[in-house]
Amino acid sequence: MATRQTQSLARLMRAPAILLLLAWMIVPLAMTLYYSFLDYNLLNPGSAAWTGFFNYRFFYTDPAFFAAIGNTLILVLGVLAITVIGGIAIALLIDRPIMGQGIVRILIISPFFVMPPVAALIWKNMIMHPSYGVLADMARFFGVQPVDWFAQYPLLSIIIIVAWQWLPFATLILLTALQSLDSEQMEAAEMDGASAWAKFTHLILPHMARAITVVILIQTIFLLGVYAEILVTTNGGPGNASTNLTYLIYRAARLNFDIGGAAAGGIIAVVLANIVAIFLMRAVGKNLD
Amino acid sequence: MARATTQRSRIGWTIAAWFVALLIFFPILYTIITSLKTEQEAIAGFDLIPSFTLSSFEAVQSQNSYWRPFTNSVILSLGSTLLALVVAIPAAWAMAFSPTKRTKDILMWMLSTKMMPAVAVLVPIYLIFLRTGLMDTRIGLTVLLMLINLPIVVWMLYTYFREIPGEILEAARMDGASLRNEILYVLTPMAVPGIASTLLLNVILAWNEAFWTIQLTTTNAAPLSAFIASFSSPQGLFWAKLSAASVMAIAPILVLGWFSQKQLVRGLTFGAVK
Repeated sequence: MATRQTQSLARLMRAPAILLLLAWMIVPLAMTLYYSFLDYNLLNPGSAAWTGFFNYRFFYTDPAFFAAIGNTLILVLGVLAITVIGGIAIALLIDRPIMGQGIVRILIISPFFVMPPVAALIWKNMIMHPSYGVLADMARFFGVQPVDWFAQYPLLSIIIIVAWQWLPFATLILLTALQSLDSEQMEAAEMDGASAWAKFTHLILPHMARAITVVILIQTIFLLGVYAEILVTTNGGPGNASTNLTYLIYRAARLNFDIGGAAAGGIIAVVLANIVAIFLMRAVGKNLD
Repeated sequence: MARATTQRSRIGWTIAAWFVALLIFFPILYTIITSLKTEQEAIAGFDLIPSFTLSSFEAVQSQNSYWRPFTNSVILSLGSTLLALVVAIPAAWAMAFSPTKRTKDILMWMLSTKMMPAVAVLVPIYLIFLRTGLMDTRIGLTVLLMLINLPIVVWMLYTYFREIPGEILEAARMDGASLRNEILYVLTPMAVPGIASTLLLNVILAWNEAFWTIQLTTTNAAPLSAFIASFSSPQGLFWAKLSAASVMAIAPILVLGWFSQKQLVRGLTFGAVK
């Protein structure tokens, strides 16, 4: 069947996708690498000069850089903790024979389809606003001083918003994994008088391990790039309190017009993302065989 | 006795599940409710019953020229997805039906391009758009969104195409079907559901993309994601209008999303969880 003719046709069919992605990967990255060695500011465009590793050093010695790395880590780990633990709990809850399961699923999955700027605006104005938000209404009802979320707990507020967006994704994937659990095994465990906790730790959790890994890795890729939520709510502030690496680079490039510095930051972001990517590729690659 | 307990525990779990579901859905629900209030009602404190006025929707449509970003969102999300399908269908087809030793490596490499953080290439893409006049154009953004989602499109199509059994083709050939009939009557009907699922998920992803759309548009080509983000700088009290704009931005995709739950798992985990 696999004649030379079909082989060359297949090559022709693959070529456009491969060439496009090759160009998309190499050209901008090479340009970023090149710019990262230039002293290049859009405000004085005539003076782009080679500076070696100056941009990296500058980025590295900037206290904002370490604040941003720290915030990125807290943001990613905080959201992962909430979504994975919450996702497991909710998946276990709605996997039971409950009434109106279809609607419950739809309600729970919905936040995932809300675009990031809208999610951020809804939380900023409807829920967390210090005078008109629902939480402020509740605080007044109980006679407590309302919390000014984005001023007092900027990073936590963003973690809550982002976790709300990603909880559905984790829940849906963990639920899918849960539903493929062998019911005979569960029944056997029940016959043997296994406690609910024993069933959870010895049967359910090992079965979901792979799905949990996938959730963590995929979310990490997206969480490293959280941007619109910060732009809409805190603008990275107060100070650098809610600036992550993505936002720091955006600020360097678009607000300070520092092309060289932003490019150096971009290369650092690539290195970070690649560390995660290597693990993800392994997990997904296993499934191909 | 046992049955009564089961029944009671079922009701208990149902209540718990509905409580959690409504809690998670609440921000969206409250936005919908607020969009149906007047501006005075919207800031008058917690109230779940609006006066069901549509004035905010009318105001958003007339004052803020909602239809332009809406049209841009439709054009960008559909355009980039269709463009990606044109490139990806032949590629995924070839990889599924005439795999070579390197097919797996190529697929993994394609996936790896998706791992590149957007912000890493912000500088070059921004400068390219600025210098070639692509800034704030639909065509520039359509191509960019196509490239961003191309790996996912190829992957999803590949996992679907791979499930089409090769024996069916052989059977059709034995029955004397021509290549044209083979493609038209045997393969296409089997491939359509996979293509449709891929289309659906990628329209959703492109519609909600909010990094590049904000960076590369101002007014002309700005889709809803960029349009809504511009609301972050407040100009007075506009809670009801803000809610109406939000509802209009998410409603179409929310409904599409409800139909794509299964594909979502498969598409976003690159087939690792089904």
